[in-house]
Amino acid sequence: MKKDWPLWEVFVRSKNGLEHRHFGSLHAADAQMALENARDVYTRRNEGVSIWVVESKHITASNPENNPEMFEPAKDKVYRHPTFYKLPDEIKHM
Amino acid sequence: MSEEKIKDLEAWFEARIANEEKIEPKDWMPEKYRQTHIRQMSQHAHSEIVGMLPEGNWITRAPSLRRKVALLAKVQDEAGHGLYLYSATETLGISREEMIEQLHSGKAKYSSIFNYPTISWADIGAIGWLVDGAAIINQVALCGTSFGPYARAMVRICKEESFHQRQGYEIMLTLARGSNEQKAMAQDALNRWWWPSLMMFGPRDEDSPNTAQSMKWKLKRKSNDELRQQFIDQTVPQADLIDLKIPDPDLKWNEERGHYDFGPIDWEEFWQVVKGHGPCNKERLAARKNAWANGEWVRDAALAYSEKQKSKELNKAS
Ligand SMILES: [Fe+2]
Ligand SMILES: [Fe+2]
Repeated sequence: MKKDWPLWEVFVRSKNGLEHRHFGSLHAADAQMALENARDVYTRRNEGVSIWVVESKHITASNPENNPEMFEPAKDKVYRHPTFYKLPDEIKHM
Repeated sequence: MSEEKIKDLEAWFEARIANEEKIEPKDWMPEKYRQTHIRQMSQHAHSEIVGMLPEGNWITRAPSLRRKVALLAKVQDEAGHGLYLYSATETLGISREEMIEQLHSGKAKYSSIFNYPTISWADIGAIGWLVDGAAIINQVALCGTSFGPYARAMVRICKEESFHQRQGYEIMLTLARGSNEQKAMAQDALNRWWWPSLMMFGPRDEDSPNTAQSMKWKLKRKSNDELRQQFIDQTVPQADLIDLKIPDPDLKWNEERGHYDFGPIDWEEFWQVVKGHGPCNKERLAARKNAWANGEWVRDAALAYSEKQKSKELNKAS
């Protein structure tokens, strides 16, 4: 049998209060082994308090070729930002 | 795609890099960019993995528990570096298995420095101090490289490297301040590792044809000769401080240049080792191939077990 173990993506919460962040990927035969390998590969120096692993094949990614229609519509909507609204100088904090 | 369209895309691509934008795996990239990165990154990964062998040789014989835990942690870090780099390379569309096959067939190289033997404990000191020291200089330059996954792996690796160099220098310092025999051992290790360490920066600039392309893609920030000079300038005072002598009769400070001048490097030796005729090429490759072959049943069993667990769960559900 010649077969790579499946690929997993590893997400680590570096401390409580912060979100899990993508740290990298690794190969493992199953989820339990992926967690154990993730601990050894990505948290050898207390980099984390919680780990998520998900098999890479379950991730659906957007295609960079579609970036114009995906992301550009947000660009000209300046009215979604506070700086769009002109207020008198007397209003200090708003 | 028409040739003209590709030309346009290439120009746009180069402009993005010149603009300090990062390239991510799913972005369009010229085929040559992909291939160059697969080659360089996989060879970098192989170097981390093969690099565990010379040091692993001394784990069971480390002179104290303190040295042993440090060396074990260092070698484990190198395994981690190999793994970060393999998975970063996989994002370019080559499988782990393929990369390992390329290492075993000799199609992919690894850093020649690991083809030298570690014959005394002092070699562990010399490797940490010089080999990791040289690797750090190369790797710091790569933290700003254009391919996102490579740059991110480098940032992580650089954070972990500095302990490697410090533990090596501490070993050398302890030996250099020890008995006469210990000092002689440290000096002997420096004598053997100095020149191969200088070769780690690669051929002289005039013999390094890829430099211009590599600079454009930020695979290089400085040339081989510049990095080598930087390494020499930073290392000589460290040797002086522990009273060890760099084995180069031509080495001397050049006030005018603001750098150390140094003697000629034996490039014939360098090419011999690259071509497979170094002292340990055969042994290193055999060790990797054996590890892969002897581990096959473990890899297969783990996969079979996970498949069995999955089908059990399915049965329970139905
Ligand atoms: Fe490393
Ligand atoms: Fe290292």
